[in-house]
Amino acid sequence: MAQPRVIVIGAGPAGVRCAQTLVAAGIRPTVIEEGRRDGGQIYRRQPESFKRSYETLYGDTADRAKSLHSDFDALRSQIDYRPETLAWNVANSMVYAVKAGVSTPVPFDALVVCAGATDRLMPIPGWDFAGTYSLGGAQIALKAQACSIGRQVVFMGTGPLLYLVAAQYVAAGAKVAAVLDTSPFSLRIGALPKLLAQPAALAKGMRLVASLKRARVPLYSGVKLIEITGDAHDGVQGVVFDDSKDVRRTVQCDAVGLGYHLRPETQLADLARCEFEFHAGRRLWMPKVDDMGRSSVKGVYLAGDSARVLGADAAEASGRLAAFAVLQDHGHKVPADQVQAAEASLARIRRFQAGLNQAFPWPHAQAADLPDHAVVCRCENVTAGDLRHVVNEMGAQEANRAKAFSRVGMGRCQGRYCGVAGAEIIAQAAGVPVELVGRLRGQAPIKPLTIAVEDPA
Amino acid sequence: MSTLMNAPDQRRYDADVVIVGGGFMGAATAFFLRQRGRSVILLERGLVGQQASGVNFGNVRRQGRFLPQLPLANRSRAIWGRLPELLGEDVEFLPSGHVRLCYDPVHLDALEEYAKAARQLGLDLELLSQQTVRKRFPYLTHEVAGASYAPVDGHANPRLAAPAFARAAVRAGAKVIENTEIAAVEKDGEDFRATATDGRIFRAPAMLITAGAWGSLLSEQFGEAVPIVARGPQMSVTEPIPYKMREVFGVMTKIEREVVYCRQIPRGNIIIGGSTRGPAFPDIRRAYALPTSTMTQMAEIRRLIPAFGRLNIIRTWSGIEGYMPDDRPIMGPSGKVSGLFYAFGFCGHGFQLGPGVGDVMAELIDTGSTTTPIEPFQMARFAVPVAVAGGVDE
Repeated sequence: MAQPRVIVIGAGPAGVRCAQTLVAAGIRPTVIEEGRRDGGQIYRRQPESFKRSYETLYGDTADRAKSLHSDFDALRSQIDYRPETLAWNVANSMVYAVKAGVSTPVPFDALVVCAGATDRLMPIPGWDFAGTYSLGGAQIALKAQACSIGRQVVFMGTGPLLYLVAAQYVAAGAKVAAVLDTSPFSLRIGALPKLLAQPAALAKGMRLVASLKRARVPLYSGVKLIEITGDAHDGVQGVVFDDSKDVRRTVQCDAVGLGYHLRPETQLADLARCEFEFHAGRRLWMPKVDDMGRSSVKGVYLAGDSARVLGADAAEASGRLAAFAVLQDHGHKVPADQVQAAEASLARIRRFQAGLNQAFPWPHAQAADLPDHAVVCRCENVTAGDLRHVVNEMGAQEANRAKAFSRVGMGRCQGRYCGVAGAEIIAQAAGVPVELVGRLRGQAPIKPLTIAVEDPA
Repeated sequence: MSTLMNAPDQRRYDADVVIVGGGFMGAATAFFLRQRGRSVILLERGLVGQQASGVNFGNVRRQGRFLPQLPLANRSRAIWGRLPELLGEDVEFLPSGHVRLCYDPVHLDALEEYAKAARQLGLDLELLSQQTVRKRFPYLTHEVAGASYAPVDGHANPRLAAPAFARAAVRAGAKVIENTEIAAVEKDGEDFRATATDGRIFRAPAMLITAGAWGSLLSEQFGEAVPIVARGPQMSVTEPIPYKMREVFGVMTKIEREVVYCRQIPRGNIIIGGSTRGPAFPDIRRAYALPTSTMTQMAEIRRLIPAFGRLNIIRTWSGIEGYMPDDRPIMGPSGKVSGLFYAFGFCGHGFQLGPGVGDVMAELIDTGSTTTPIEPFQMARFAVPVAVAGGVDE
């Protein structure tokens, strides 16, 4: 029997475990990776010439990082590996992969999208000043290039990444001016039963907070973020917020790391015409998948954070499961015990993540309350007021209609960073539930594509 | 389950004219009918201007058209110039000039002949030699053999145009009803009746079908099916760069892949269209930009303006357009049923015509005739000879 042609998009934890499982079954998958090296974001590898140790780079996940990297190194001769390659489109059972300005159609029988996630961002007045980064971006600057985003950095938003990145900055010797969490501390207590599904992860979170306290980093919970101050010339100069007792405070800084958990990268699933569903708990649209990662489209599988944002450990498990699903669907026998083990591990992580969502909720009311002058879409310079205008004066109540009228989400990032908050603003202005606003449809190319692109044929 | 909840909505709506299809043609006609004091209901299955009207390139171009269509295009161009005052809204119309160029010198004669004929029909074109093109537009490829130039044609924003007409129509008293799928159209005594899938009934003594690629699905209910084919334009847009390129450029050629056109908006982005059309799927209301079309389009736009090779495209899209076998729309009265009118199937060249079609159809419905000739577009040209029993078709 001819082996199926399998493409795995992404060489992060999901993609690596998926490729490894396929190789073990005698399949030689094509692995398309946008970055220079494998490892994804959380286990991002430093450039070859950098010499930091695993312990320095990954802390208490050094073993997992080492295992993932060395397993991938061992796979290299058994896969068709294409780094620095962007899968810019999917159509007619082909992935269009562009590398160094040449776009090659790669046919597939099975496509496993392990495209990861990006920060979910909440606009705030002043976030368009230079010096505002996403938490993920701040982390990558440190991990990949050993750079801090500023001399005095404020981290703000909510979620575990907030504390992780702040602690990593402190450990690297950077000055962290404050950590501002929009979620009140009381919610963390309420979420404890669910968080106990992964005691080690919970303990790690507590260690991170303790390390920040030891370093005398001011920590605030239950804050309301008011604005990032600064100007167009010098960029970020400070942050203004109300603390949990409604006292207005100011912190000086020259950079801000901002984020509210992650949102899945779903554009490839969208271009592959997968169905989506709304998840009320996270207030996010995500592609429909079964327990093993099968999407609604035959031959298209989703794993890791691009299917469900559950973190790196879940990504490894779901990458294996998606490979098993591919194998099953092509008549291979799969080891039932391994499938069960991966499913059990995922179930535990899902419970833990439900606890995280409860402890660190997306403060959607803040998006709805943004002042009219706040920029929502930074690519196109569309303000909250512009968005409310197209709802109130032009009758736009649906995300793509509001995009057509206002240009929100029409720029380079294609709504990755403004789409979720934009939907909240539209919903509030229109007086409808956010799920009725819908989601911005993905449009190729998923990232900017040079007009100089060549077709090798 | 309560039976009440499932009972069809039996409300009735009456007007002088019912329009089925909320694209540019339908929205503009609704607006101009209100200008003439006629009550009107405009029915749209999704949202106004979502299909061909909203996804096209945005050309407000007269040159290169089928010559007998120029009077209509001229009437439309005159309205384009008055839109802000008519609608109270800006749809980003810029009369910034339109350049139609060719690579093959054998086409220069055709450009010249067209310009001569167009002048008789009220469209003044300037012929540009190869040297003039190089001097005026130094960024164009030196392959350009010559061009014709329309100084007052230009471009507008297709995402805004049809919805702006619909909003203006509503302000003028029209009923615009979105998210309403029409299951059946028929004539019932003196009146036409459109029945929505939820049971609502819309009645009027006159009906206009402006359903684009879906037009024949409605006209066939009156025994006037036409061979319309749905296709998807292939569009892309670049990241913004400083606004320098005022004119719209389009390549005139007989080779489909060479057809490419572009325009820059003041925001800075360059919109690119042309090359091979893609398939469209009216049943699921989707058409897709094909990666292969994008690749062809990139190669052809790079050929036309080599410096564009330094830019990125950030988005591609498509939509559903209706094409007729003779590349002409259907516009005018039904060939069979009095009080019934059509305006659909604009074959990828309807955007410029939108305001004019609305004005002409409103005039035709209101007065029974129109001062602008539209005979070449009559539905009757597709009439199938009726077979006499026992006889043989000839």
